[in-house]
Amino acid sequence: MATEAKVDPMHQFTIEPLFGSDGWEVAGYNLAFTNSALWMALTAVVLWGFVALGMKGQLVPGRWQMAVESFTGFVDDMLEANIGKAGRKYVPYVFSLFMFILFANVLGLLPLGVVGLHPFTFTSHFTVTGILAIMSFSIVLIVGFAKHGIGFLSLFVPHGTPALMIPFIFLVELVSFMVRPFSLALRLFVAMMAGHLLLEVLSGFVISSSNAGVGTGVLVGIPTFLLMIGICALELLVAAVQAYVFALLTALYINDAENLH
Amino acid sequence: MPQIEQIAATYASQIFWLLLIFGLVFFVVGKGMVPKVMGTVDMRDKRIADDLTAAETARREADEQEEAWRKRENDNRARAQALIAEAKADAAGQTERAVAEAQSRIDEKLAAAEARIDASRRNAATEIENVATEATQDIVKRIAALNVSQAEAHNAVKEVMVRG
Repeated sequence: MATEAKVDPMHQFTIEPLFGSDGWEVAGYNLAFTNSALWMALTAVVLWGFVALGMKGQLVPGRWQMAVESFTGFVDDMLEANIGKAGRKYVPYVFSLFMFILFANVLGLLPLGVVGLHPFTFTSHFTVTGILAIMSFSIVLIVGFAKHGIGFLSLFVPHGTPALMIPFIFLVELVSFMVRPFSLALRLFVAMMAGHLLLEVLSGFVISSSNAGVGTGVLVGIPTFLLMIGICALELLVAAVQAYVFALLTALYINDAENLH
Repeated sequence: MPQIEQIAATYASQIFWLLLIFGLVFFVVGKGMVPKVMGTVDMRDKRIADDLTAAETARREADEQEEAWRKRENDNRARAQALIAEAKADAAGQTERAVAEAQSRIDEKLAAAEARIDASRRNAATEIENVATEATQDIVKRIAALNVSQAEAHNAVKEVMVRG
C-alpha cells in the first residue's frame, strides 16, 4: 500500500492554514489565512485587474475594455430582462457575485500544478457557497420586506388560489422559498466538487495505469487522458454556467422581491 | 470529505475571509469600477444616438435645401425660357422687317431699271427711225436722184416699220 502511487482525489479540497494559524484568534474563532483565503484574494486581485483594464473610458473601446464592457453589459441585460428598470441598482452586487464566482471557478481549473502551484477552488466548499447564497437570500428578504412590508408574504399565495387552499399553498410556497439558499449553495458546491473530483480520479487512473506497465498505460492511460481533455473543456463550460446560474437565480429571486408576482 | 471533516476548524476563517474579500470586491470593483465602465457605455450609446439624430436632422435640412434649390432652378429655367422666346420673337420680327425693306428697295430698283430700259429702247427705236429716214433719203437721192423731204421719208419708214 505504502509504496503504491496513491492519489487521494479528496486531498485537493483540504484547507491548509498558510500562516496565522496560532495567533489569529478573534473571540475564540480561528481566522487563519488559509490556501482558500489565498485563492479568494487572488481571485479578487485578478478580477480587479481585469476590470481595471476596462476603465480607460475610451469612446472606441480597445479589446480589454470591450471584454469588460461586454461582461457589465451582460449582467445589466440579465437584470433588466428579469427585474426591469429597477434591476440596474443590483448590477454592482450581481456583477461582483457573477465575476467572483466565474473567476474563482476558472482560476481553480488552471493547470498551475505543472509549475508547482496548487490551485484551490474555494467554490467547492459549501461554507463559501453557503455564505454567498445567504447573502443573495438576505438581499431578497431585505428588499422584499422593505418594499412591500408584510405584503411580501403574499408572494407565497399565488393569484387565484382558492380560499380553502391558502394555508396549504402558503406552506408549500414557504418551504420552496426557504429551500432556495440551500439549492443555490449546493448546486455550485456540488458542480465544482464533482468536476474536480472527476478530473482527479481520471488523472489517478492515468498515473496508476502508467505505473503498472506500458500495456495498461496505452490501453487505459491514453483513452483516459483523452477523456480528461474533453472533461477539462466541459469543466470550463460548467465553471461559466454555474456562475451564470448563480447570478441568474439571484436575479430571479430579487425579481420576486422587487415585483412580487 | 475535507469540506465536512474540516468544517469545525475552518468555518470561521472561511466566512471571515470570504466576507472580507467579497466585500472588497463588491465595494472596490462592483461599486467603484463597474458604474464607471457602464457610464462609459451609456455615454457612448448616448453619443451615438445624438450623432444619429444630428445626422437625421442634417439630412432633412439638406433635403429641404435641395427642394428649395430645385424650385429656384425651375423658376430660373422658366424665366430663361421666356427670355429666349421673347428674344426669338424679337429677332424674327426684326428679320421680317429687314427683309420687307430690302424687298421694297429691290422692287424700286427693278422698276427704275425697267423704266430705264424702256426709255433706252424707245430712244434706240427713234434713233433707228432717224437713221433709216436719213438712209432712205440718201438711197432715193442716189438711185432716183430725187430730193425727198425728210417728212416724207420719215413717213415711209414709219409705214414700213409698223408693217414689220
